Amino acid sequence: MIRVILPPHLRTLAHVRGDVELELAGAVTQRTVLDALEARYPMLRGTIRDHATQQRRAFLRFFACEEDLSHESPDAPLPDAVASGKEPFIVIGAIAGG
Amino acid sequence: MSKVRVLVGTRKGAFVLTSDGKREKWDVSGPHFAGWEMYHIKGSPADPNRLYASQSSGWFGQIIQRSDDGGKTWHQPGTPPGEAPAPGPPKAASNKFVYDATPETGKPLTTHQFYDGTQHPWEFKRVWHIEPSLTDPDTVYAGVEDAALFRSTDGGENWHELSGLRGHGTGPRWQPGAGGMCLHTVILDPSNPQRMYIAISAAGAFRTDDAGQTWKPINRGLYSQYIPDPRAEVGHCVHHVAMNPSRPGVLFMQKHWDVMRSDDGGDNWKEISGNLPTDFGFVIDVHAHEPETVYVVPIKSDSEHFVPDGKLRVYRSRTGGNEWEPLTKGLPQSHCYVNVLRDAMAVDSLDKCGVYFGTSGGQVYASADAGDSWTPIVRDLPAVLSVEVQTLG
Repeated sequence: MIRVILPPHLRTLAHVRGDVELELAGAVTQRTVLDALEARYPMLRGTIRDHATQQRRAFLRFFACEEDLSHESPDAPLPDAVASGKEPFIVIGAIAGG
Repeated sequence: MSKVRVLVGTRKGAFVLTSDGKREKWDVSGPHFAGWEMYHIKGSPADPNRLYASQSSGWFGQIIQRSDDGGKTWHQPGTPPGEAPAPGPPKAASNKFVYDATPETGKPLTTHQFYDGTQHPWEFKRVWHIEPSLTDPDTVYAGVEDAALFRSTDGGENWHELSGLRGHGTGPRWQPGAGGMCLHTVILDPSNPQRMYIAISAAGAFRTDDAGQTWKPINRGLYSQYIPDPRAEVGHCVHHVAMNPSRPGVLFMQKHWDVMRSDDGGDNWKEISGNLPTDFGFVIDVHAHEPETVYVVPIKSDSEHFVPDGKLRVYRSRTGGNEWEPLTKGLPQSHCYVNVLRDAMAVDSLDKCGVYFGTSGGQVYASADAGDSWTPIVRDLPAVLSVEVQTLG
């Protein structure tokens, strides 16, 4: 079980409260986590990754285990603590504007 | 009895304002989508309960929302709220706006000119304007930034670019205005379903006579001192275009500077700024029943972008331009420094014609007597981006 924490705007959009819990079979990477997230919540497609390029949107960052994973390969394995559900995968909006 | 529904998009949410035909007492609903930029909300002429809304954010991108009950409830087309999650790929892609890159139709597409004059690839940012079909609630057009026109024929579930516009070939000479390179105006000709008009900052106005397959620039007569060739075929910063449906060949334009008029479907334009205190502005609209009665809100520019002299004045011409009168009754005439953006004025079709506009200060003003007097419906919304009106019943 993977835990994902979304920023408040996206929680509202997906009609969820608190963490999102996902079951993943196979490798646990940014790509597989986000694929599973978007499959369950189609309304989030395009809000975290660009529709066409699948690149992370510029004003979003990915964190886990107190590390910034934003610039890691989307296919790199996420930390074991994320894969085991002990620590969440966090999507966070850059702090700019209002 | 008739009702009026005013759809207001703001920097931080959408609001729905309703009144009976007297237009004296208003119910205010909202904010819907609180915290999101709501660039535009518009109802279908074919089904007034069908509303489309453009919801966007620099962080999270573009969302399309739809209401089938006049704004009481909303959902993203194809992904109704409350539906149980299903395995497999998403059923719809209502927020998916991808430029046409297919060899068949996307091939002629180009880069555009960036602020520094270099060529730059098209990058989708947001939907500025939504224009529902006049006859089919499920068909709707979206004008987007970077400038392109998209169409959905399934109620907003899927969107496809009408790539003939960018395929026109003048793209390398289109450039962004201060607000970005946006396609902000879409006008459907009620007398000819093959004909549409669009306008882009800063490229100009374009027309199709074959339902969007091919387009021609219609900018002859425009003069823009801020571009190398002031009479160029494209490159003009058109801020908005308006039409009275009873005379679809007559168009009124608020350009960056200059208020213009065309009597031949945009083939030729002439200036009608006349005695305006400044001919810079964003909005322009036409009276619902008097096609020679036109409204603008002059704005001080180039740098200030607020109303001149601290006075909020709508100017009305009853002669199709050139002769303008200030309308001030009920509007602040001192210490007022708001702007009125390009999609933030609309008219209803009651008798007398109602006129509505929203300001960057969060006020939405209404006139139930064609502009003679004004009353604020609401005073303290977030900055208003767009105002649309539906006349119901």
